[in-house]
Amino acid sequence: MDQRHRVQRAVIDPKVRQVGFFAPNPNPNSDIPARSSPPLAGSPSNATSSSPIIIIPPPPLPAARDHPASSHLVVGSYDAASESLLGTSSPFPSPPPSSARVFVVDGEFSDDSWQQRSNSAKFASSFPSDGFNLTAARAVITPEADASPAVVSANEKNEVNAIEVNNERTESSKPAKAKLTKSERRALQESQRAAKTAAKGEGNRPSAGAAPGGPGKASMQPAQKKDTASAAPSTAALERRGSDRLPEKDRKKDVPAPRMQFDDKSRVEKAKRRAVVNQTEARNRVELFRHLPQYEHGTQLPDLQSKFFQLDPMHSAVYKVGLQYLSGELTGSNARCIAMLQAFQEAIKDYVTPSEKTLTRDLTTRVSSYVSFLNECRPLSISMGNAIRFVKNRIAKMQITLSESEAKVSICSDIDRFISEKIILADQVIVKHATTKIRDGDVLITYGASCVVEMILLHAHEVGKKFRVVVVDSRPKLEGQKLLRRLVTKGLNCTYTHINGISYIMHEVSKVFLGAASVLSNGTVYARVGTASVAMVANSFRVPVLFCCEAYKFHERVQLDSICFNELGDPDAVSKVSGRVDVNYLDDWGNKENLQLLNLMYDVTPSDYVSMIVTDYGMIPPTSVPVIVREYRKEQLWM
Amino acid sequence: MAMDFQVVVLAGGYSKNLAPLVSKEVPKALLPVANRPVLSYVLELLEQSNLKDLIVVVEGEDAALRVGGWISGAYVDRLHVEVAAVPEDIGTAGALRAIAHHLTAKDILVLSGDLVSDVSPGAVAAAHRRHDAVITAMLCSVPVSGLTEPGSAGGKDKSKKPGRYNIIGLDPSKQFLLHIATSAELEKDIRVQKSVVRAVGEMELRADLMDAHVYALKRSALLEILEQKDTFQSLKEDLLPYLVRSQLKSEIPVNGTPPGEENGNEKTGSNNNQILLSRILSNASKPEFHQLHELGHYGDTTRRTHKCCVYIASESKYCARLNTIQAFSDINRDVTGEANYLSGYTFSSHNNIIHPSVELGAKTTVGPHCMVGEGSQMGDKCSVKRSVIGRHCRIGFNVKIVNSVIMNHVTVGDGCSIHGSVICSNVQLQERVVLKDCQVGAGFVVVSGGEYKGESLAKKEK
Repeated sequence: MDQRHRVQRAVIDPKVRQVGFFAPNPNPNSDIPARSSPPLAGSPSNATSSSPIIIIPPPPLPAARDHPASSHLVVGSYDAASESLLGTSSPFPSPPPSSARVFVVDGEFSDDSWQQRSNSAKFASSFPSDGFNLTAARAVITPEADASPAVVSANEKNEVNAIEVNNERTESSKPAKAKLTKSERRALQESQRAAKTAAKGEGNRPSAGAAPGGPGKASMQPAQKKDTASAAPSTAALERRGSDRLPEKDRKKDVPAPRMQFDDKSRVEKAKRRAVVNQTEARNRVELFRHLPQYEHGTQLPDLQSKFFQLDPMHSAVYKVGLQYLSGELTGSNARCIAMLQAFQEAIKDYVTPSEKTLTRDLTTRVSSYVSFLNECRPLSISMGNAIRFVKNRIAKMQITLSESEAKVSICSDIDRFISEKIILADQVIVKHATTKIRDGDVLITYGASCVVEMILLHAHEVGKKFRVVVVDSRPKLEGQKLLRRLVTKGLNCTYTHINGISYIMHEVSKVFLGAASVLSNGTVYARVGTASVAMVANSFRVPVLFCCEAYKFHERVQLDSICFNELGDPDAVSKVSGRVDVNYLDDWGNKENLQLLNLMYDVTPSDYVSMIVTDYGMIPPTSVPVIVREYRKEQLWM
Repeated sequence: MAMDFQVVVLAGGYSKNLAPLVSKEVPKALLPVANRPVLSYVLELLEQSNLKDLIVVVEGEDAALRVGGWISGAYVDRLHVEVAAVPEDIGTAGALRAIAHHLTAKDILVLSGDLVSDVSPGAVAAAHRRHDAVITAMLCSVPVSGLTEPGSAGGKDKSKKPGRYNIIGLDPSKQFLLHIATSAELEKDIRVQKSVVRAVGEMELRADLMDAHVYALKRSALLEILEQKDTFQSLKEDLLPYLVRSQLKSEIPVNGTPPGEENGNEKTGSNNNQILLSRILSNASKPEFHQLHELGHYGDTTRRTHKCCVYIASESKYCARLNTIQAFSDINRDVTGEANYLSGYTFSSHNNIIHPSVELGAKTTVGPHCMVGEGSQMGDKCSVKRSVIGRHCRIGFNVKIVNSVIMNHVTVGDGCSIHGSVICSNVQLQERVVLKDCQVGAGFVVVSGGEYKGESLAKKEK
């Protein structure tokens, strides 16, 4: 058993260092197999025990999330152990078992977190009648007891992995499940069992304790999931048990569905059939960005408009917000989020639970349909995703004893509270913090039109600070002009320039204030396209870059580039210059085969260029974002 | 209703414009278009849009009874229709005023009962909702279909007055109505408000658009105006121009509050929060000229505005109003012709519809774009081109019918020739009658050998 201990240690140690998890571990794989003894490679259960380290480094996470189809490939590329894991999975006839291997990895994780909280009695009851497993499991508990900091991150990981799981299931395991007859299933089980024993045989150590421990643990997961509601089902066999359907749904409520990959033809077709808005996809898409949705601009709005009365389940407030997103009348992540939440409030106020249904469930599906509608109108922002998660959580956690009207009032007031605490008050706190950083004589630069930066500037002006503002703007949205207009009317001293002139103007600038659409947990800032250039230029001029962002926009995702997840705007906006009829070189060239227009909406600023993030929890370095994400998530869930 | 819209169909009464066609028995709403009452086109358009609770307003008790009777027969289990009778000649605005107490929804969709169109009313409603407008009007391009038809042009140009259509001013985004000059004002010079042009920057004046008489109206504003301005008779002539004129100096009480102010139940949120909230929202949305104008150059003098929007139907859609005799023939021709998808019938391979019970004589031809109703009989050597023939008509030998509409139970004697005419129900044409561009009122008898051109024949009212 001490071998087992050692392995567990090896698992835990790197987890403690998780704050730095954007720093790539130079070779996490080379030393792990060395520490974990050779037999581990073969048996699935042992492979999993080394897996937490595999999962932990950030690069696979965004990759796995954004390319769910290739998820096990990604995992596989991370260490030798899972390489062989893939190898062992090859004899299996169908894909589900191989993807199930990936889940075993998660299962181990949830075990860790669960074991910490639950008592071993429960544990035992959920066991198959195998005494040996029990002892193995107990043995596992002991080292876990002192590893508490790791558990939280494990949860987070689990979530990410759970997304994968959902994905995999929709893709592969469901049809497979449907097809299998009883005899086939038995054959599959048999072959799995055979493979397992073969794997055991391969190991030069008899590892009798570890090997059955693995499947044993996997099989007790459904029971655990009821408690933790965070684990993913581990094997295809387990999925069939009715008991774990429920928690799985819970899981889905918390996690936004995996992002569609729009270069995946079959899934796009499927999604189209479900879609409310008829959208024609743009033909000439830039190669790198094929996986992002891009539609023929101008086709969606008329279609959606003409369906005004046919969209029966849609509430008019939600519909209006959707139209505003689609027509671009409402932009800015704060405003979009507020508008959405208020529309939800309206919808919830008018909501009547149909007979034979419970409020919690029916309202959740209702909200989900609203969300997917809004998502069709314009891809949701990360902040909205967080807000939606909050709303759904509140609905799901609603006490059953409440009457319908009480429940509705309670949800509405929760939403109000979210708006006022997470957005309005957060903004005020940010303004207060950031104003302390503005000194007399400063020259501040801002890019685009961030509402919180605007508040900061106005407030600093009100309290009598003497400073000048440079508003940097860029085509095609020219959002800065609106900001400029408001600043100038309030009497601020402003300079307006386009981003082309940034390097000239940066000479005289003393601080950069930027807004953000989201801050990711590796400190990367996801913001309006162009922000990164401003931050980088400022960095090279040694000008401090302050990002102002409310904590509800923080996200546990990790993203290294602006390709895997972004939003594409109307390509025509780039090729056409409004108000300039003479600039028509690209008119009706949109459909030329060899011309692709790219209008990116967001970009990613690496944390190296971020001096400070001003948030409602104070002014923090980008490295502290994961802490906020963790604490904030907890608060949000148990608020 | 999910979208909080209420639908009012103004079906009119015995319109004087359509003098010989409408009669005591046939109010305007029941005039046949391709052998179906014209009102059915609107009702089915609404039904397609899932709008099933309707208020149909008919002028005159008698007409209301007839229309109501027909609706309850035809749509008994499909639509929930309330037929409201209002006094005659009170105008469209008057009609709305009369049924004001029935209006409860946030917005009202008003359609004219004589509309034949396939433009989704949802689009108008959506545009209205999106901008939170006071009024949204549907505009469609002036139908040119009739003019392109060779052979059908005869006599039409005379009745077509060039100034029948409105002059409409739009903003560059073609979403807002800045100016509208109705037919009465067209004689005078065009007067454009300076303040509007200043606020918007540029204005596009167009004469090729027609008001389709489909309006989405904000109920609160509508009722307020109807109450204040009791001289307003017509939506199109009075109310719409008034709203357009006053859009930058609104006198309508602000009911369209931004959503941020509607949360009455907020306990924690102080007033300050609400201000911040609405500021975030308003800063984020694209300012229309209305908001810019409200802010103005003078700072804090808050000027109130309201929005008058338009929805311009795409040119591929069909849209026409049956409000003149000319339009009646045109629409009948279009619905059996190029806009035949509107008629709801499936056309035969010869592009016409002949009811199976029709008896055709030897050497009788019925050309494309024609329709012959149930139980009609035709003698030998007849020729029918681009015409609609109603139910149970009896047509003799050697009759030529071109570009005409013949309603039900009409008897046509041998050797008649009917060109570009409208023959109402129960008319009797004796032998060798020649009609060109005529309208024959219901129950009229044309004696044999009569030749008429461009006349309106009807029984004298007793």
